[in-house]
Amino acid sequence: MLDPSPILSIRDLSVALPEGGDRPHAVTGLSIDVRPREIVCIVGESGSGKSVTAFATMGLLPKALRPTGGEIRVDGRDLLSISAKDHAAMRGRTLAMVFQEPMSALNPCYTVGEQIEEVFAAHTAMSRAERRQRTLALMEEVKLPDPQRIHRSYPHQLSGGQRQRIVIAIALALDPRLLIADEPTTALDVTTQAQILALFRQLREKHDAGILFVTHDFDVVAEIADRVVVMQKGRIVEEGSVDAVLNRPEHPYTRHLISAVPRRHPQARDTAPATPVALRVEGLEKSFQTPGTMFRPGTPIRALAPASFSVGENETLGIVGESGSGKSTLVRWLVRLIEPSAGKVEIGGVDVAGLDRRAFRPYRKDIQIIFQDPYGSLNPRRTVGDQLIEGPVNFGVSPKAAMERARELMRIVRMDEDAVERYPVQFSGGQRQRICIARALAVEPKILIADEAVSALDVSVQKEVLKLNDVKTRLGLTLLFITHDLRVAGEVCDNVMVMEKGEIVETGSVVEVFGHPRHPYTRSLLDAMPGKGWDVPDLGAIAEQELS
Amino acid sequence: MLRFVVGKIVMAALVALTVSIISFSLLHLSGDPAVAMAGENANDAAIQAIRETYGFDRPLIVQYGDWLFSALRGDFGESYYFRMPVTQIIADRLQITMLLGLLSITFALVLSIPLGVAAALRPNSLVDRAALFVSVVGQAIPSFWFGLILIVVFAIDLRLLPASGAKSWTGFVLPTIVLGYYATPAIMRLTRTGMLDVLSADYVRTARAKGLPARKVIFKHALRNAIIPVVSLAAVQMGFMLGGSVVVESVFALHGAGYLAWESISRNDLPTMQALVLIFSMFYIAFTVLADILNAWLDPRLRVA
Repeated sequence: MLDPSPILSIRDLSVALPEGGDRPHAVTGLSIDVRPREIVCIVGESGSGKSVTAFATMGLLPKALRPTGGEIRVDGRDLLSISAKDHAAMRGRTLAMVFQEPMSALNPCYTVGEQIEEVFAAHTAMSRAERRQRTLALMEEVKLPDPQRIHRSYPHQLSGGQRQRIVIAIALALDPRLLIADEPTTALDVTTQAQILALFRQLREKHDAGILFVTHDFDVVAEIADRVVVMQKGRIVEEGSVDAVLNRPEHPYTRHLISAVPRRHPQARDTAPATPVALRVEGLEKSFQTPGTMFRPGTPIRALAPASFSVGENETLGIVGESGSGKSTLVRWLVRLIEPSAGKVEIGGVDVAGLDRRAFRPYRKDIQIIFQDPYGSLNPRRTVGDQLIEGPVNFGVSPKAAMERARELMRIVRMDEDAVERYPVQFSGGQRQRICIARALAVEPKILIADEAVSALDVSVQKEVLKLNDVKTRLGLTLLFITHDLRVAGEVCDNVMVMEKGEIVETGSVVEVFGHPRHPYTRSLLDAMPGKGWDVPDLGAIAEQELS
Repeated sequence: MLRFVVGKIVMAALVALTVSIISFSLLHLSGDPAVAMAGENANDAAIQAIRETYGFDRPLIVQYGDWLFSALRGDFGESYYFRMPVTQIIADRLQITMLLGLLSITFALVLSIPLGVAAALRPNSLVDRAALFVSVVGQAIPSFWFGLILIVVFAIDLRLLPASGAKSWTGFVLPTIVLGYYATPAIMRLTRTGMLDVLSADYVRTARAKGLPARKVIFKHALRNAIIPVVSLAAVQMGFMLGGSVVVESVFALHGAGYLAWESISRNDLPTMQALVLIFSMFYIAFTVLADILNAWLDPRLRVA
């Protein structure tokens, strides 16, 4: 580095957790330096204290958390000992932050132009015309199309990626010395993520700022970091250059995290023997009608172009695509959470699409779904057992037998049998997702749909849940695996189906589609994956080398 | 925005038309109006005469059209009791009620919004507890009793303000406090809850991250979002104050429209009741439309026609 003096220098930072937490400190004895033109990534799983560090620097910690020791120096001033007012004056000017959730980070009541101009109004004496001109220039810089129009748009009129660009423009308005980004691309689609990451790299060059980048995604780290800090339970366990940490990790925890990342190149595997068709879909179609008014009819929107595919018994079919590609519409259709517009669905040779709700009921048992959010999909007021037996009892199994089966299912998803007597809040996200899987299996379905079922989980937890894939083989299930994460798809699926704008654009085996994509959209998805130059190192070989 | 406003007004006009039908049918739902007017000992001939004089023998739809067009011109017929035009009776009374209503809602908003904001900024602090106390008391005390206490203290003991009458502005002070205080608890609690919610919102955090001064964060970014449900509530309260201020009006002997409504019910004075129901409903509709428009101005997401 040319400029050795750090912009941000955190020394021995400790932040206390309120009493009754799982540990006394959210962060303890933490020291980090960030130099100009340097991107430092903090990685760790949820609850590791990475966001707390970011918020402490910004002076935006929730009231329940307060720093109890150490110092955070920016440009020589200790942020922990200056007044709240002085800290506020530095925010937006010297320190700036980009947040995780672009959908809620902007005030719905003001135009985005106004929300950017506000930064100039608060920190400078610029005239109105000058503020507007600078704002339009910023929008240009963060590559927003048609700045004049965007300037007078409200947040709800923009897409997630556009909103995140606005948030970045707000952060960059006054050329801050330090930019803090808290999972800024986690909520975005892979192609949008690639664009935003590219933007961050350009910013570092252009603005000379130091960037502290919080993430849980090792691909993102590989893509943009200069240096990496790995955190576990509020402490730094490993720190070093991106090459050293990602390719030659030393600490067991870092190795554990990296080994959980799915491999980039799906290993060639035995092609699954052709099996009888479990599910066949033909010409499936769905369009919605926008609500019209008294004077004007609504316009139809096509959510799904006629789609046809089939899945064999015991096969795992991945359905990948970005938000709005129609993946969710497709599966919601399959389990009849929404009604079809046209098409045919055969389960075990019987067309169920034409059946009315009552006639469809017996088939509900055959096709089960697991949702993305394990926190929202279990009833907090009923025991796990009660929720597991509900389905079978509805289909006529005696409660006693169903409870026996529930205990067995707990074992199958590798949890303690006694878990059936406890309540969902007593379990972590990964455990809850396993409970959800057990609940879906309780009615002995033939087809299981996992709708982004591991997307909300940390990588190491994700790996544990994905291990359950062999349960599928044991039970002879057909699995439809919906995900936006191509790595995960490559890891678990036999065949994949790529969707774009409600249309299936490519189908084939994982090796075929990911190795030799034919459709330009599939190629652009694969290209957009961050961290292309990096793949999970052979940790076993590293360990052996160390021993010899 | 213009389309939204026009749409709302069209909807309001349809609601008003429906209300006018209900209000018109009041007369006929309560039995044969001619019999009611004629009195207990009238003979058939007298009743028939009334029927013809007042046109009750015409088809209902004709009667309704006639009544509606007169009402639109401001003619609500003649009061059975006062034997003079209803419009004339209501005009005076309505002025008093509207003045009282406007003063009271202003008093309520000025008291409860700052208190609600202050309480939300420091939950469980002394300010919050004090605000909670004020609202619990407001909820618990019946207005007639609160009115009497104020009369005893300020009119009888201290002799600062008149106990009754609407001769000068001083006569409105005590009723305004009583009626306004009645609306305070709900508005204040709603402001507090709304602010608490909004203060933990991501966009308020963004505003703080921009380095805006606390004042701007609270009033520009938080309050505007938190106030939206309060606007709708205030509109309903305002409508209520016009029609439901009977108790306060009688305690302070202010002869307003609420009091008149109560009188006409006890006197079976149907034309007056009809006119009041219609007028009160029109106010309700107007306040709701105003609140919708104000909310749409506050929050662009609501500007969908």
